[in-house]
Amino acid sequence: MNTPTLLLDGLPVPFSVGQTIMEAATAAGIFIPHLCHHPDFKPQGSCKLCTVKANGRYVSACTMPAKDGMEVENNSPDLNDKRRTLLQMLFVEGNHFCPSCEKSGDCLLQALAYELEMLTAHFPQFYPDRPVDASHPEVLLDFNRCILCELCVRASREVDGKNVFALSGRGIGKHLIVNAESGRLADTGFSLADKAAHVCPVGVILAKRRGFLQPIGCRRYDRQPIGMQFASPPGSGGNGPEH
Amino acid sequence: MVVADECFDATAVAALLQPVVDRHRRDPLRLLQILREAQEVLGYLPRTALTAIADAVELPRARVEGVAGFYSFLHLQPVGRYRILFSDNVTDRMLGSVELMDRLCHRLWIERGKVSEDGLVSVDTTSCTGMCDQGPALLVNGRPLTRLSAERIDRISELVRAQVAVSDWPEEWFLVADNIRRRDVLLATASTPGEAMRAAVARGREPLLDELKRSNLRGRGGAGFTTHTKWEAARCAPCRDPQGGRYLVCNADEGEPGTFKDRVLLASHADLVFDGMSVAAFAIGARQGLLYLRGEYAWLLPALNENLARRRRNGLLGVAACGQQDWNFDIDIHLGAGAYVCGEETALLESLEGRRGVPRIRPPYPAQQGYRGQPTVVNNVETLCKVGLIALRGGDWFAGLGTKQSTGTKLLSIAGDVESPGVYEYPFGVSIDQVLHDCGAGNAQAVQVGGPSGSCLALHEFTRRIAFEDVPTAGAFTVFGAHRDLFEVARNFAHFFAHESCGFCTPCRVGTTLVANCMDKIARGDGSQYDINEIFRIHRLLHAASHCGLGQTACNPLFDTLNKFRPAYERRLRSLDFVPAFDLDQSLSIARQMTVRDDPAAHFGPAAGVQRAER
Repeated sequence: MNTPTLLLDGLPVPFSVGQTIMEAATAAGIFIPHLCHHPDFKPQGSCKLCTVKANGRYVSACTMPAKDGMEVENNSPDLNDKRRTLLQMLFVEGNHFCPSCEKSGDCLLQALAYELEMLTAHFPQFYPDRPVDASHPEVLLDFNRCILCELCVRASREVDGKNVFALSGRGIGKHLIVNAESGRLADTGFSLADKAAHVCPVGVILAKRRGFLQPIGCRRYDRQPIGMQFASPPGSGGNGPEH
Repeated sequence: MVVADECFDATAVAALLQPVVDRHRRDPLRLLQILREAQEVLGYLPRTALTAIADAVELPRARVEGVAGFYSFLHLQPVGRYRILFSDNVTDRMLGSVELMDRLCHRLWIERGKVSEDGLVSVDTTSCTGMCDQGPALLVNGRPLTRLSAERIDRISELVRAQVAVSDWPEEWFLVADNIRRRDVLLATASTPGEAMRAAVARGREPLLDELKRSNLRGRGGAGFTTHTKWEAARCAPCRDPQGGRYLVCNADEGEPGTFKDRVLLASHADLVFDGMSVAAFAIGARQGLLYLRGEYAWLLPALNENLARRRRNGLLGVAACGQQDWNFDIDIHLGAGAYVCGEETALLESLEGRRGVPRIRPPYPAQQGYRGQPTVVNNVETLCKVGLIALRGGDWFAGLGTKQSTGTKLLSIAGDVESPGVYEYPFGVSIDQVLHDCGAGNAQAVQVGGPSGSCLALHEFTRRIAFEDVPTAGAFTVFGAHRDLFEVARNFAHFFAHESCGFCTPCRVGTTLVANCMDKIARGDGSQYDINEIFRIHRLLHAASHCGLGQTACNPLFDTLNKFRPAYERRLRSLDFVPAFDLDQSLSIARQMTVRDDPAAHFGPAAGVQRAER
């Protein structure tokens, strides 16, 4: 039997049944921008950066199952324009100040902003009031940069078995909370050894006293744009960003 | 008196909540019901209560807090002993709700959205309460109070200040009229309880499904999916847990602003609703029916529960329901807690399972994996009433009504600038003109059909027809007279969607807020063509990239009004070039307040010029 294949921007991409468009593309070394997707976790489809056009309809590449013969449009001016707008929305929703952020150069949001040539935040800033939680001895929580991808929620629940994180509020008031009556990270069982301590794609969960051990300018996305890291064939050491 | 958090000692709270959690068998799937009832006991949900509940249902505390934080009617902070929420639908506004709320706040000497210092009262707005035919309306401690007037507001303020219990307020204030103005086959049917159910059983499962197929009934909740196809899919889908069985869910989360027909059906035709649920459950082989009632309609709960108890006594529910030895079926009512998005069927299922009302990724569809992961049919209240009629009178009869693509009748909730607001039942295919004539809308410039997520029709479109093949609708029909400002209508809708977005996906969460801010900017007189272009741009993004229908349709009313009523926007624009939203002088106002300084030198820009000129 022939291997099922989809067409991604005109290129044939073979996949195995049950894979999503994102998984098929990743396996083929093709980059689809994403923030809330992570290969280790069940797809959730909330950031919408991976919006592609499949057989003429807009869908999330991370949740949509690949189908044989499916025609997928990914790297097009229309889609990249929409993605740029989504990035701008995320930038104005939180308080992102890249020059002083210790995650600079290692941040997926920043890397995508460079990749998609986002030059300004465009929309008026919301400047939300999101106090920092520095209660934990090892870890700092800076909610200002949270993009609500829920990777920490998923990692803490599914890998660490701790359920340290959850979401509360709704609409623009949706926000990350921790599992303690005091609302403080120090009063949870969180530890730097947890998977959840290392999945944040932006700079919310930060290990204390390590921020600049690796100087800004020499970090992952400083060395090479995210799209090019992905474009390398699988197995060559550049198959996708480390999460 | 405000009950501060620290007054709620953990042991005392756990003891107070024990009957609540026990009544719900400490079942995490009943978390939303537990939270609602815990709030009734404690007034609000203090931190210690969330911990106690989390322990009782064995869920992470943060999960419980996340659910409590999602719903508008659940409070994590102390609220007034009198919680007054004005319905903020555009029809309430047209009837003067904004002025009445200001009047009440003024008389009670309080600020909107804040609890009075003595903890006695809070006044705020809430999304449409489903009383547009008898507004302006408010909810006081969950009870609807209709037909507000200045005199009534003054009396309310007196009763609150005298601390008269809401149960001792004049009974006639709480009367909710049905306002049925036009009856067709559904509203004219006076069936006895169980009649439709017995007719279905007499036909047998297969012939019943055949009748439904022949009727070509399409769902009345808005999407218009063929009911028979949905049932067939759920009936044939394998159960992941054979013990769990299939489920039948009645969607009574009528949250679309401007619609209230389900309220009337639940108030006066509840037997037909429950019969329809039983018929559907019988057809798909479900043993459990769930009615998800919106929190705004909590006042209907006692009568609905009495009705269910009566049906159990009469053998229509329970073991060997309706005389069918091999069929046990019962119906349970779940109450929502103020979240429009829960009308979306997968968000509704999440809410039924005690979670945040976030729409699921589809596929799988509920017919394959719904409530508890089992095959589930979710039908609207009106759809289930129609099911009852089809069981009684057959599919061909039903298919003979309405149009070929849209068989049967449709209930319209008519409100706005009309002489006789209320519920009208028409065969599908009725023209907008006909409806406007019947309800006494003399001078309409526009009709919003299907509520904010529907479409706004202008004068030249009034010959169009209500039907899935022309103007589809879940039932809302809001009329705007020539004197109404459609920009303000659209602005109200923009705020509605920003308030009701679940926040799951980026475009809807941020986009609806950006649009609402943009509309406020234009309303302030700081708008330009730039802002209109922005609205179009965000509309295109939301339409393409949103996770569910809420985001996809959120900008529809703006898109329609911008295209059809552009002067309503343009006369507000300050210039055709860009005008920034940021107002430096306004931003200095806090500093002026703090320094108690308001002289001209403390102002910036044009405001300083005005002040200096006045001097």
